[in-house]
Amino acid sequence: MNVQLRDRPETASTTAIKTAIADCDIHPARATKDELYPWLAKRWHAHLETYGVPAYQGMMEGPPYPKAQPNASRRDAWPPEGGQQGSSLSFMQKQHLDPNNVVFGVLNPLGATGQGMRNHDLAAALASAINDWQIEKWTSKDKRLKGSIVVANEDGVTAAKEIRKRAGDPNYVQVLLLSRNVEPLGQRRYWPIYEAAEEIGLPVGVHAFGFGGNPITASGWPSYYIEEMVGHSQCQQTALASLVLEGVFERYPKLKMVMVEAGFGWAPSLAWRLDKVWERLRSEVPHLKRKPSEYIRDHIWWTTQPMEDPERREHLFQMIEWIGWDKLLFATDYPHWDYDEPSRVLPAGVSDANRQAFYLDNARRVYGVI
Amino acid sequence: MTSPILGGVDCDLHPAVPHLTSLLPYMNDYWRDQVTTRGMTDLVSQSYPTNSPISARPDWRPAQGKPGSSYDDMRRQALDRFGVAYGICNPLYGVQMVFSEDMQDAFCRALNDWLVKEWLDKDTRLRGSIVIPTQSVEKSVAEIERCAADRRFVQVLMLVMGDVPLGKRELWPIYAAAEKHGLPVGVHAGSAYHNPPTSVGWGSYHIEDYVAQAQAFQTQLTSVIVEGVFAKFPNLKMVMLESGFTWLPAFLWRLHKFWRGVRMETPWVDRAPLEIVRSNIRFSLQPVDAPPEPETLNRLFDHMQSDELILFSTDYPHWQFDGDEVLPKGLSDDLVRKIMIDNPMATYGRLSQSATKEMTR
Repeated sequence: MNVQLRDRPETASTTAIKTAIADCDIHPARATKDELYPWLAKRWHAHLETYGVPAYQGMMEGPPYPKAQPNASRRDAWPPEGGQQGSSLSFMQKQHLDPNNVVFGVLNPLGATGQGMRNHDLAAALASAINDWQIEKWTSKDKRLKGSIVVANEDGVTAAKEIRKRAGDPNYVQVLLLSRNVEPLGQRRYWPIYEAAEEIGLPVGVHAFGFGGNPITASGWPSYYIEEMVGHSQCQQTALASLVLEGVFERYPKLKMVMVEAGFGWAPSLAWRLDKVWERLRSEVPHLKRKPSEYIRDHIWWTTQPMEDPERREHLFQMIEWIGWDKLLFATDYPHWDYDEPSRVLPAGVSDANRQAFYLDNARRVYGVI
Repeated sequence: MTSPILGGVDCDLHPAVPHLTSLLPYMNDYWRDQVTTRGMTDLVSQSYPTNSPISARPDWRPAQGKPGSSYDDMRRQALDRFGVAYGICNPLYGVQMVFSEDMQDAFCRALNDWLVKEWLDKDTRLRGSIVIPTQSVEKSVAEIERCAADRRFVQVLMLVMGDVPLGKRELWPIYAAAEKHGLPVGVHAGSAYHNPPTSVGWGSYHIEDYVAQAQAFQTQLTSVIVEGVFAKFPNLKMVMLESGFTWLPAFLWRLHKFWRGVRMETPWVDRAPLEIVRSNIRFSLQPVDAPPEPETLNRLFDHMQSDELILFSTDYPHWQFDGDEVLPKGLSDDLVRKIMIDNPMATYGRLSQSATKEMTR
C-alpha cells in the first residue's frame, strides 16, 4: 500500500530484496484505445466506436464504484512517455521489475478484455486480441514476463477453443478468469474452460473483480468502493465454495487454481465451515468423495497481495501456518495503489526456506516455470 | 468437554410456527380471508428445509411436526438441559420472503403476537425478538413501537440477506427506534431470497446457501461499519446470530487495511473497524466453524483480541453440536462465564433490568 499510516519500526521489514522474486499479479495496460486494433477484424473497430463494450453493468466507461485514484493506480506510476499506468514496458522495467529483482512476472490484463461482456462474439474477438497483444507488446520483449490466456468467460465452448489454440505456447502460464460472473464459478457453463485448462496443463487464475449482473452482496448492491474492494474476498469465497461443492475437482483431478488478489486469511475459516456443514449435508452432494478442505488443500493456491494486515504480525503468520507456506504466491499488483512492497511484506524471523518458497519457488512449481 | 454453568443466557432459540394457519388467530378478517381464499401454503424458507439435517439435531427431531414447534421439547432439551436463566426466541418463519409489504407486515404482527401468547407467556425465562417487515421501514418502525412496550421483547430481528445492505440509510429509522428502546438489532442467518443467495449468483445446492451465510455476514458487517451506523447510533448494539465467528479476525485485518487506504471515501467512520466491532457488535457462539482441537480456537480468540464478543447460544433445534458439547473444548472458566452470562447481560439491556427487578422483588 502506498499510504503508510501505521507506526511500525523499519527494522521489522527486511532489507531491499536482493534475492530473485516472482510477481504473480502484474497488470499490463493499453496506452491507447486502439492498441488492440491490429488483432481485431475491421468490423469490431466500427462496433467498438459505435456501441462500445456492452458489459453486465451500466457504465459506458469507467467503473460504477469510482476508484480512490485514477485507474486505481499508484500516483508515481504514470509512464514519462504518456499513456496510463502499466502501459509502458520500459517504465515497468525501470520502476518495478529491475529494482525489485523480479525474475518471473505473471501478466493479468484487466479492463475491456472480453470478460464480463454481454456480446459473446465481441468478447471472443477481444480475448483473442488481448492474448496476441500480450506476446507482441510484453512477453516477446521481456523474457521475465509471462501471459495469461484471457477467455470470453461466459461462453465456455468458445473459451475452450481459445485455450486449446494456445496449447504449448511458452508465452502463457495460466488461464485467466474473474471472480464475479453470471453464475458461481462451479456451474457447468464454465466446465469446458476447466477441461481445456487441465488438458493443456495450465492453472486457472481467478482474479478478483468482474461483473456478472448479480448484486455483489447477497443482500443487494452496497454503496461504496471500499465495500466493493473488501467484498472481493467474500465473492472469492463463494466462488471457491461453488467450485468445490459442484465437484469440479473430482471431475478435473489435475486442475490447479490460483486465487488472485482476494486475500487469503479467509481460507482456513471457509475450509472449516465447509467441512463442518458437509459432515451434515453430504447426502446432497454425493459426487464429493473427500472433505471439502482436502480439495482446497490439493488444488488451490493464493497470491499474497493485498496481504491482510493485523495489528500483531505474528497473527498473520499463524494464519499462514494453517494455510501452508507452500500455498502462497507473492504478488505486488503493480501498478495498482494497494501494491505490496516486496521488501516489506515479510518481517525478520521467517525461515529461509519459507521465504524462498513464498517469494519464488511456489510460483515456479505452480506455473511450471523452472 | 467444557461444561456449561448455571444461569446462562441462550441467545439463539428457534421456536417454530407449526403452519401458516397457526397464525390465523392473530390476523384480522382481511388477512385471514386472504390466506384461506388464496390457498396460501406454509412459509418455509429454503434456508432451512424442515427435513434438512442442519434444521434439527436428530435427537431433537420430534416424532411429529416441525422441530422446535413444541414448548415442552424446548424446555426439556434446551432450557432445563443447559440450565439457562434466559432464552431468547428468534422465530425464523419465512415471513420475509413475500414481496407485498402489506402482507409481510400483517404476517410479522401475527408472528410477534403468536410468540407472546404461545411461548413467552408459558415460561418466565423466555424472551423474544421483534420480527419486522423490512421491505417497509415505516411499518417496521411501527411494529417496533407496538411491541417494545412488552419488556419481554429484548431485540429486533432481521435476516442477513434482505433487500438492501443493512448499513443503507433508508433503514436508519429502524436503528433509531431500536436504540431508543434499548433493543439490540439481531441479524440472523437466512435469506428473504429477494437477491441471489450468494454474492456471485444462484448456486445449485442447499449446502451452498448455508456456507454462504458467513460471507453475507461479512459484507453486512462492512456495510454497517462504513455507512456510519454506529457514528449515528453509538448506543446501538448489533448481534450476529448463527453467523460463525472464526472468519472475524482475518476479515477485520482486511477491512482495516482498506479503511486506512480509502477512508477519505467515508470520512464519518472516525474509529477503526476493530474498535467499532468491540463496542457495538456481538456474535452468537454457534456455529463454531473450527477444528475440535482447543489450540486452534484459543488462537482465534487471541486473534479477536477481545473476550467480550461472543454470546452463548445453542441454536436450538438446529444441529450444530452433539450431546452436551455446546461449549467448545478448552475454554477457560473465565471465558465460559463471560460467554454464558456477562457478555449477553451486557448486550441485552432489558435482561439486566429484569434481573434487577427480580432481585429487588
